[in-house]
Amino acid sequence: MKTVYLDHAAATPVRPEVLTAMLPYFTERFGNPSAVYSLGSEIKEVIEAERAKVARLLGAPEEQIIFTSCGAEANNLAVKGASLAHLKKGRHVIVSAIEHHSVLNSARYLEKFHDFEVTFLPVNRFGQVEPERLQKALTPATVLVSIQHASNEMGTIQRFPELSAICREQGILFHTDAVATAGQVPVDVKELGVDLLTLSGPALGGPKGIGALYFRRGLRLVPQIHSGIQENGRRGGTENVPGIVGLGAAAELVHRELPEKISYLRALRDRLAAGINRGVADVLFTGHPEERLPGHASFCFEGIEGEALIFLLNSQGIFANTGSACASKALKVSPTLCAMGISPEIAQGSLVFTLDAANREDEVDYVLEKLPPAVEKLRSFSPVWRKKMAAVSGG
Amino acid sequence: MRFLHECKADATADLVYRVCPMHLLEPAEFLKDLHTGQVLEIVTDYDGALEDIPAWCAKHGQEFVGICEDQEDEDLYKLYIKKVH
Repeated sequence: MKTVYLDHAAATPVRPEVLTAMLPYFTERFGNPSAVYSLGSEIKEVIEAERAKVARLLGAPEEQIIFTSCGAEANNLAVKGASLAHLKKGRHVIVSAIEHHSVLNSARYLEKFHDFEVTFLPVNRFGQVEPERLQKALTPATVLVSIQHASNEMGTIQRFPELSAICREQGILFHTDAVATAGQVPVDVKELGVDLLTLSGPALGGPKGIGALYFRRGLRLVPQIHSGIQENGRRGGTENVPGIVGLGAAAELVHRELPEKISYLRALRDRLAAGINRGVADVLFTGHPEERLPGHASFCFEGIEGEALIFLLNSQGIFANTGSACASKALKVSPTLCAMGISPEIAQGSLVFTLDAANREDEVDYVLEKLPPAVEKLRSFSPVWRKKMAAVSGG
Repeated sequence: MRFLHECKADATADLVYRVCPMHLLEPAEFLKDLHTGQVLEIVTDYDGALEDIPAWCAKHGQEFVGICEDQEDEDLYKLYIKKVH
């Protein structure tokens, strides 16, 4: 059976070039970077070279990159580490209502254990934080604001640098989670105007188990993993050298290939979206129509459950998602879609496709062939859909 | 411990929240960029630095100048090293 993988926001396969770069660091180049003998000190130099590659992708100085075990850890270090380092200024943080769990739960941790006040900012119907709402939410005690660069659930890109500029004017730290965007659109810390930025290996064609945090020069962070001198005393634990090499190699590929990739993905995504609009009635295209990730297409199909649709598509060899990779298992209805004002009845029919440069037109056409009959089949069993049809026909 | 009234430096190493033993590794890096006679300020939240930095200076032949209170944050220490060589 043909298989089509369209869930690249959840994970991407490691690029062959990336794997090749990583392999020696599992075997012959295994030394501990903290060791003073050459088998170790040479590895330390490798880490610094990889750090420079990641920094180049972000337009950042290399000494401002901290390697972490994943994007979630980088988000924890940003939200908790930066907020706790600035307690003297105040105990108020602001996050958008549609952040990744690692941001939302870091904010809740501050609220529960450190007497912080947390504001969860609502979003508009496209999933964007309105700058005016952010402005109104700021208080003299606000230490940090965290708003994602884009959501991997509905693809909408937030309004940068408008949002970050509001905070910079008032001396408030601004963090963005760029896990969904770093391999899809240009991510430059100066253009975005951020103090902290998170990225993750598997979203870039790199391995799992590696992430990174950019932090502005001079910004203090309370470490979240206390150990020794690794990462200049900001993140303890022996470095995941193969992972770091993999992230560096992936970042270099993204940096080189991104302009071509964007136009390719946009054309492929538009082919998919147009085909679905033609082939299926009563479907809502979620997220912003233009200000969105190029390889991202998200929909709500009325009258059906996204999860059932995923299973039917799976039986045809098509792999997609109903929402974010973490949320889809835990919840029936996406909180992100609800935060955008979409009714729970509509939101439960959510389907998300995230494409990568490895996808081809024939794969999209295969989805367009299999998806409409799958939706039709599920609707034929659906009491909600039958009720709607009866109402439309006046029965 | 010598407390200073006038706290002036040519460069600052902000080591606040950087875990031990970063306070013993970073001064040497910062001193490399200074000329002989110039002063390095070390800002830290680590109590152990009060003993470690003077001892480090004695061992490495640098001059420990003294300590200043941080006017803005009483939880922090400012230590001063004059580059000898």
